[in-house]
Amino acid sequence: MDALRRTLLKGAGATGAIAAAMAAGVLKPSQVLAAEYNRAAFEAKDVAGALKNIGAGGATDNTGIVIKAPDIAENGAVVPVDVSSNIPNTVSLAVLVDKNPSPLSSAFDFANGALPEMALRLKMGQTSLVEVVAKTADGKFYKAKKEVKVTVGGCGG
Amino acid sequence: MADPMKIRAQMKGDTAEIRVLMSHAMETGQRKDNAGATVPAHFIQAITVDVGGKRVIQGQTSTSVSRNPVFGFKVKGAKVGDKVVIHWEDNKGDKRTDEAVIAA
Repeated sequence: MDALRRTLLKGAGATGAIAAAMAAGVLKPSQVLAAEYNRAAFEAKDVAGALKNIGAGGATDNTGIVIKAPDIAENGAVVPVDVSSNIPNTVSLAVLVDKNPSPLSSAFDFANGALPEMALRLKMGQTSLVEVVAKTADGKFYKAKKEVKVTVGGCGG
Repeated sequence: MADPMKIRAQMKGDTAEIRVLMSHAMETGQRKDNAGATVPAHFIQAITVDVGGKRVIQGQTSTSVSRNPVFGFKVKGAKVGDKVVIHWEDNKGDKRTDEAVIAA
């Protein structure tokens, strides 16, 4: 748990009050999950804002990140995406949809043998780049992009 | 309380493949109902996965994840019979925990 706590999720939104409550043993880590939600990053309206709020503003392009997604998605409500990182010591992955109203879709931390790899299904309002950010154990950020064309949007439109 | 998750966990070599289907509306807060009123956002925002008593994955999600989210993960070094415990919480405080056992 300690290793996980230092990673991607702990963005600008985490407050000292929560840390103090944890230290005092008032809150168990599981109860803190929701309170620590990185609202600033997930509610950011553009990619730059989301990246900044997960600390990845200076992420550099890297081909070690593999994004498997359809070139053309017929249904933007359900776009299957597989992401993985071949960058050594990747501890976190975040997936963003550039043109969604709130681009950051998910951020996951991996530890205790979990491979830096995940499959998920995204909602895409329109044709957009899907961007993946990987964080390594030494705190460096890397990113990669892939365009997915959407013929029917998935954001209620 | 939401419907149970469907969890499938299976060993492939030395790596456990875990797939989970969560039953959730994942409302974006952008959609309007028939009367034209905006449907409030309602989405899973925190997920944890424990295997064999150890936290292997924790993550946060937003409305950009599809309705009834599916996630696939891989955990190296897990064993047949290890318990997989998956937990989510949404933005309205609803939560759910389900378990499965890794199959051969």
